Amino acid sequence: MEGAEARARRRKILTHIVLIIMAFIMLVPFAWMVLTALKTNQESISVNPFYIFPANGWHWENFATVWKSYNFVILYKNTILMIFFRVVCACLTATMAGYAFGRLKFPFKNALFALVLIQMMVPAQIFIIPQYLMVSKIGMLNTTFGLVFPGLVTAFGTYLLKTGYEGLPMELEEAASIDGCSVPGRFLHIMMPLTRSSMVSLGIFTAVFAFKDLMWPMIVCSSATTTTLSAGLAKMQGQYGSEYPTMMAAATLAVLPMVIIYLIFQKQFVEGIATSGGKL
Amino acid sequence: MFKNMTPKQKNEAKWGLLFVAPTMIGLAILNFYPIFNTIYQSFFKTGDFGKGNKFVGLANYSKVLSSPETWQAFLNTIKYAIIEVPFGIVIALILAVLLNKKLAGRSIYRTIFFLPMVCAPAAVAMVWKWLYNTQFGLINNVFHSNIAWISDPKIAWISIGVIGVWSIIGYNMVLFIGGLQEIPGDFYEAASIDGASGVRQFFSITVPLLSPTTFFIVQTRIIGALTIFDLMFMVMDKTNVALKSVQSVVYLFYQYAFTNGNKGYGATLVVALLIFILILTFILQKLEKRVVYHN
Repeated sequence: MEGAEARARRRKILTHIVLIIMAFIMLVPFAWMVLTALKTNQESISVNPFYIFPANGWHWENFATVWKSYNFVILYKNTILMIFFRVVCACLTATMAGYAFGRLKFPFKNALFALVLIQMMVPAQIFIIPQYLMVSKIGMLNTTFGLVFPGLVTAFGTYLLKTGYEGLPMELEEAASIDGCSVPGRFLHIMMPLTRSSMVSLGIFTAVFAFKDLMWPMIVCSSATTTTLSAGLAKMQGQYGSEYPTMMAAATLAVLPMVIIYLIFQKQFVEGIATSGGKL
Repeated sequence: MFKNMTPKQKNEAKWGLLFVAPTMIGLAILNFYPIFNTIYQSFFKTGDFGKGNKFVGLANYSKVLSSPETWQAFLNTIKYAIIEVPFGIVIALILAVLLNKKLAGRSIYRTIFFLPMVCAPAAVAMVWKWLYNTQFGLINNVFHSNIAWISDPKIAWISIGVIGVWSIIGYNMVLFIGGLQEIPGDFYEAASIDGASGVRQFFSITVPLLSPTTFFIVQTRIIGALTIFDLMFMVMDKTNVALKSVQSVVYLFYQYAFTNGNKGYGATLVVALLIFILILTFILQKLEKRVVYHN
C-alpha cells in the first residue's frame, strides 16, 4: 500500500513540475513586456551586462509618457464604443432570431437557418472588400459606425442562442400561451430571461474578438484618432518600432484592461469563449 | 402559404418572420451580397486610385495561379498550420489531462494558460518580436546564441508558428477539459479494476471517447490557421528578408487589396483561399465518419 501511495505522490509532483514549466513559458512574455516597459531606452538595449530587472530605477513614468504621446484616451474610447455597440447589436439581433429559430414555426424556417449555417462556414476575409466599399460609399470611413459595421448581426450568435432556446422545456411557454400571452410577451417575460447565460457567453465572445481584431480597424479607420487599440499598436510599431520600452509600455496599456476584466470574470470568460468555439 | 393556418399559427408565423428579419437582412447585406460581389470583382482589374473597373475575364485567375508568389504564400500558410495545429493540440491535450484530476492550484494554472486568449494578437506579436530580437532579445541573451529568429528564412516560419502555438494552447485546453468531463468516470474505474495502466487507459478510453472534441478542434484550428494574418503582419517588417518565405495568403490579400489598392487581384486571391478551404472542409467531413468514435 505504501508503494502505491508513494507512486501517487511522485506522480503528483511530476504533474506540478510539468505545469509549472508550462506556466513559466506562458508568463515570460508578459513579464518581459512589463519589465522592458519600465526600463530606459539605453538600458533595454544594453546587452552586457544583461539586466533582467531595471537597474536604474523603475521608470513608471514611461506609461504616462506613452499614454499622453499616443493619445491612448482616444484609442480606449474608440475601442470601448466599438465593443459596446457590437455587443448590443449582436445580443439584440441574435436573441430575437435565436428565439424564432428555436421556438416558433414560420415559413422558410429551415432554408433561412441553412443560410445562417453557411455564413459560419465561410472564412470572414471573403466579406471584407465589399464591406469596406459599402462603408466607404456611405461616407462612414473613420467612424464608430464603420468599426461596428460587420458586427451588426451575427450568424454565430444566432446559432448559439437558438441552441439556448431549444434547450428550455416546452411547458414553460404552453401555459403562458393558454393564458393568452402574446408571442412577444412570452419572449420578453418568460424566455429571454432564461437564456441569460447564453447571452453573457455571446457578449463576452463578441467583446473579446472585437478587441482582438486587427485587419478591419486598420482598413476602415486608418487615421490615428479614429482607430482602435490593436490597429493603433500597428501604427505605433511602424513609426517607433525600435524604442523598445515605449513599444512595450504601449502593448501593456493595450492588453491590461482586458486582462483585468478577465481575471475578475474568469469563469464567464473561459465558458463564454469555449462554449462558443469555432470562429476565431 | 398563410392560407391553411389557424389564426394562432398565422400569428406565430408573423412574429417568427419579424424576429429573424433583422438578422437575415443583415446577413444578406453584410455577408451574402459580399460573397457574390467578391467573386464578381475577381473578374475585374481595378484601375488607378480604385477607379474604373475593367472586365478582364479570367486574367486575374491566370495571374494568381501562374505567380510563384501565390504558391509560396499557400505553402507558407500550410507550413504555419503544420506547426500550430498539431503542436497546439497535443500540448493542450496533455495539459487538459493533467488538469482534469484533483490538483492543488488547478484553477490558477487554467487562468494562466488561457491568458493569451484575451490579449490582442497585435500586442502579443510585438512582445514576441522583441523576445526574438537578434541583438537585444531575451531569447538570444539567455541562451548566448546569435540566431536571427525572424529574419532567417529557414527558421522564421517556425518562430511565427511558435507564437501561434503559445497563443492557442489555452483555448484548445479548455475545449479538451470540456470534452474530458463528459467521459463517465466509471469507465476509468472499471479499467483500473481490470488492471489497465494509466497510459493504457489514456489510449483505450480517453482518446476514442474524446475524438469528437479532438476532431472539432482540429477542424476549427485548421481553418483558423489557414486564415492567419495578424502575427505575420505585426512581426515581419516590410524590409525583412524572410518576409517572402513567411507571408500568408491573407497577408498577401491584404497587401494587394488594401495597400496596393488592387481589389480585383485581392478578391481573386481570397476566392482561391475560399475554394481551398471549402475543399478541405469537405475532405474533413468525409474523414470524420472514419476517425471519430461514435457509440
